[in-house]
Amino acid sequence: MTNPNGRFGIYGGQYIPETLMNAVIELEEAYNHYKNDPQFNAELTELFNEYAGRPSRLYYAAKMTDDLGGAKIYLKREDLNHTGAHKINNVLGQALLAKKMGKTRLIAETGAGQHGVATATAAALMGMECVVFMGEEDTKRQALNVYRMKLLGATVIPVSTGTATLKDAVSEAMREWTSRISDTHYCLGSVMGPHPFPTIVRDFQAVISKEIKRQIMQKEGRLPDAVIACVGGGSNAIGSFYHFIEDKDVRLIGCEAAGRGIDTFETAATISTGSVGIFHGMKSYFCQDKFGQIAPVYSISAGLDYPGVGPEHAWLHDMGRAEYVAVTDEEAVGAFEYLARTEGIIPAIESAHAVSHAMKLAPTLDKDKIIVVTISGRGDKDCAAIARYRGEDIHE
Amino acid sequence: MSNIAKAFAGGKAFIPFITCGDPDLETTAAVVRAAAAAGADLIELGIPFSDPTAEGPVIQGANIRALKGGVTTDKIFDLVRELRRDVTIPMVFMTYANVVFSYGAEKFISTCAETGIDGLILPDLPFEEKEEFQPVCKKHSVDLISLIAPTSANRIAMIAREAEGFIYIVSSLGVTGVRSEIKTDLASIVNVIRENTKIPCAIGFGISTPEQARRMSGLSDGVIVGSAIIRLLEKYGKDSPEYVGEYVRQMKQAVRIAMMK
Repeated sequence: MTNPNGRFGIYGGQYIPETLMNAVIELEEAYNHYKNDPQFNAELTELFNEYAGRPSRLYYAAKMTDDLGGAKIYLKREDLNHTGAHKINNVLGQALLAKKMGKTRLIAETGAGQHGVATATAAALMGMECVVFMGEEDTKRQALNVYRMKLLGATVIPVSTGTATLKDAVSEAMREWTSRISDTHYCLGSVMGPHPFPTIVRDFQAVISKEIKRQIMQKEGRLPDAVIACVGGGSNAIGSFYHFIEDKDVRLIGCEAAGRGIDTFETAATISTGSVGIFHGMKSYFCQDKFGQIAPVYSISAGLDYPGVGPEHAWLHDMGRAEYVAVTDEEAVGAFEYLARTEGIIPAIESAHAVSHAMKLAPTLDKDKIIVVTISGRGDKDCAAIARYRGEDIHE
Repeated sequence: MSNIAKAFAGGKAFIPFITCGDPDLETTAAVVRAAAAAGADLIELGIPFSDPTAEGPVIQGANIRALKGGVTTDKIFDLVRELRRDVTIPMVFMTYANVVFSYGAEKFISTCAETGIDGLILPDLPFEEKEEFQPVCKKHSVDLISLIAPTSANRIAMIAREAEGFIYIVSSLGVTGVRSEIKTDLASIVNVIRENTKIPCAIGFGISTPEQARRMSGLSDGVIVGSAIIRLLEKYGKDSPEYVGEYVRQMKQAVRIAMMK
């Protein structure tokens, strides 16, 4: 779907300092070489299957389906992957690529900490040095993940600039990359940033929809009517959508974090409330003021708390191929608790945004319809924050 | 000859960078006038951006202070109009692509031309993306300044051939900020530039002392200094103009010495 110049329609591009241009060109050349290399693909498949535990299950949520009384609901269990989220798919791909390129050091940004943990994991596995940038605010919200990264041998650098959240971690990782390029690969965690990152990350995450397609054909003998996933930068969503883009009868629904509501300033719903801009290396939708200053965003979910969205989502939105809906903190917390009680599955608060929308959509559809919801990660990391949200103070 | 070329016509140029609105626009105006009076050849005016990814901590701080003070693009255009009553040396804007894009390229660049801004430096707009603004810049005769970095290597000739105004050579890897040592082989970079264009080139990133200014202007056509000036603003606030004036005088003197050698 990528144009030769790294664009999705008008979106994407390479809006980065000249210092980084040869690095992204080198990355693109390496990726174009290795993506068709049988040896590289065999190694990656081995890592996916033997190390990360793929393929992840497509689980029929019978109790949830009965309870909601409408469409059949399947859950794509990315939460069962090693490290507990879809992030590992992209990280194993990029770390292997970096290693082939002769890089010895991985740097990454992280919001909730899932991508940081995945990167630290891959670095440990492949014997690479790892430095993770994380907003200071997020290091407090996700203290357990900070400890996990350290345990895995990574250095975690708290970022105190700006809003001290995910966007600032991305800015700081980019700054670090401009200062040290020759031995360092920036392992970007979502389908964002300058070309070729949105394409590379999408391709590594596309394993999700490739598996869904095969699994649903086995179980139901037909394609689903809708695929639902949460969207921050949008990597698990694009991974879930990708192999269905050409199947026009499959509705693709991305769930953004509305925070306290899209009519408030405390929101992170980029497509619902933002406008087209240029930031973090890409042209896409961003939450910003009329002078182009990036707006502080808010969501209970540290992983969706980002003022932009990947360029391919911007394009799918403009073409009307995918729908983007906003889900509030309150709705997501409700879904978090609902899935735990109903199916015995505690989803990441990010994924709970997708579950919430499925809870709204399923009862409106006939019983012969099928919805697939991607559970992008597991919710252990969120328990303390959700308890606090409900007024209960527990110590991690 | 573009107006920017005048800055280099009298020999090696000294180019101070000032973030507009740090700590307020009145101080910015006074600092620009003090720098011009002290011999600055071209002024680089920063329009603050919320997330300046090419800046180190010092200029990030200036951006935050300026935005907290309520500075906007419109107010900065008003500042330029006011400055142009008596400031005649070339002035360029340094900001980020989104500031121009969100204002509307046509409206932003035509207002630059109308108010007397001669060029535009956008650190997040590399050669591959310059079509975003280049046609509009050409239409209004505002020079879109190209940057060349220590990692540019095989890209230098391509960038230099299409460069306008002057070329901004980034001295070191990383972000803006004072450095004790600059290790890049800048002479080789300048050689490739000279083989491909006649327009002047100035070196920025990491320069703070007269000794560095002398050495760097010996290699090129001028030097750009940002963080060292912002530090003076950070320290002296509204009282900065006299300190910035004195600093510019010293640095310009160092650049003159380089020219005589």
